[in-house]
Amino acid sequence: MKNYIHKLNKAFENRVRLGIMSILMVNDNMDFNTMKETLELTDGNLASHIAALEKEGFVHVKKEFVGKKTLTTYSVTKVGMKAFNEHLDALEALLKQRE
Amino acid sequence: MQSTLKTPSMNQTQEHLEALQDIRSMMKKSTRFLSLSGLSGVFAGIYAIAGAIVANYIAHSFSDDLNYYDGTLVFEKYMDSIHKIYTYMFIDALLVLFLSIGTGFIFSYRKAKKTGQKLFDHTALRLFINLIIPIGAGGVLCLILLNHGYIGLIAPVMLLFYGMALLNASKYTLDDIRYLGICEIVLGLLNAWLMGYGLWFWVIGFGVLHIVYGLVMWIKYEKGK
Repeated sequence: MKNYIHKLNKAFENRVRLGIMSILMVNDNMDFNTMKETLELTDGNLASHIAALEKEGFVHVKKEFVGKKTLTTYSVTKVGMKAFNEHLDALEALLKQRE
Repeated sequence: MQSTLKTPSMNQTQEHLEALQDIRSMMKKSTRFLSLSGLSGVFAGIYAIAGAIVANYIAHSFSDDLNYYDGTLVFEKYMDSIHKIYTYMFIDALLVLFLSIGTGFIFSYRKAKKTGQKLFDHTALRLFINLIIPIGAGGVLCLILLNHGYIGLIAPVMLLFYGMALLNASKYTLDDIRYLGICEIVLGLLNAWLMGYGLWFWVIGFGVLHIVYGLVMWIKYEKGK
């Protein structure tokens, strides 16, 4: 039996991070508030998890000014896409093994 | 037996399954507008049929003026009747449109509230844009056809463009709407071939199909949920 567990990415083990990555995989980009509403999170909670993903280089953060307000949008990086796909493959392999 | 012997690995499997379900639901929720209620389709269909009955009545109530025009009738009276038909039919169509949108809005608002989603988010906007481009093009083409006097082509063109709009929109809402779109396209083409039966195709395409589709969607996704 092959061991796939070590292939699961620690960065995605949290539900919130999984949600953020899932959303960014299928949307070109998304702003902070829409992300917050889709995931039903508080500001602080989302911000801390996004920061963690940004630190890993998986999420690209773009800040721009719209009038006097800052608009922060997020998108997935190439590295992030690859890492997330590998994570999904590992999840799938693990589930197949147990069937 | 198995349920009493839950091994750690089984719990893990459960966890991985939940993770995958989470991913799938987030991907869907963040890209597709899912608040459109099936009941709004049912009502749109009922309004369309009522509108068609009224349109039929309007056409018939002036048909004497039109059919017996052979030069003996005053030309002004003939033109006057045509103008009245156009005006009444236009009002009839607008009423159907506004009632459908209004009812659709109310039912969708209720559905969005129930599922805890916002009615107007980026998915709603994206769906709207992708619906309105083909529908707008079809609408303009219908006006041009009307202007050129190709009345018989208006119903088939409306069905055809509406079908293509739905096909296009299926990427931004429930997948099922794709099949409704294909049915409308087939009807539109059939109607273009059997010109002159526009009202009947209208009743089937905008009436019957909407009611059937709306009911199926309501039973599949909303009833008892």
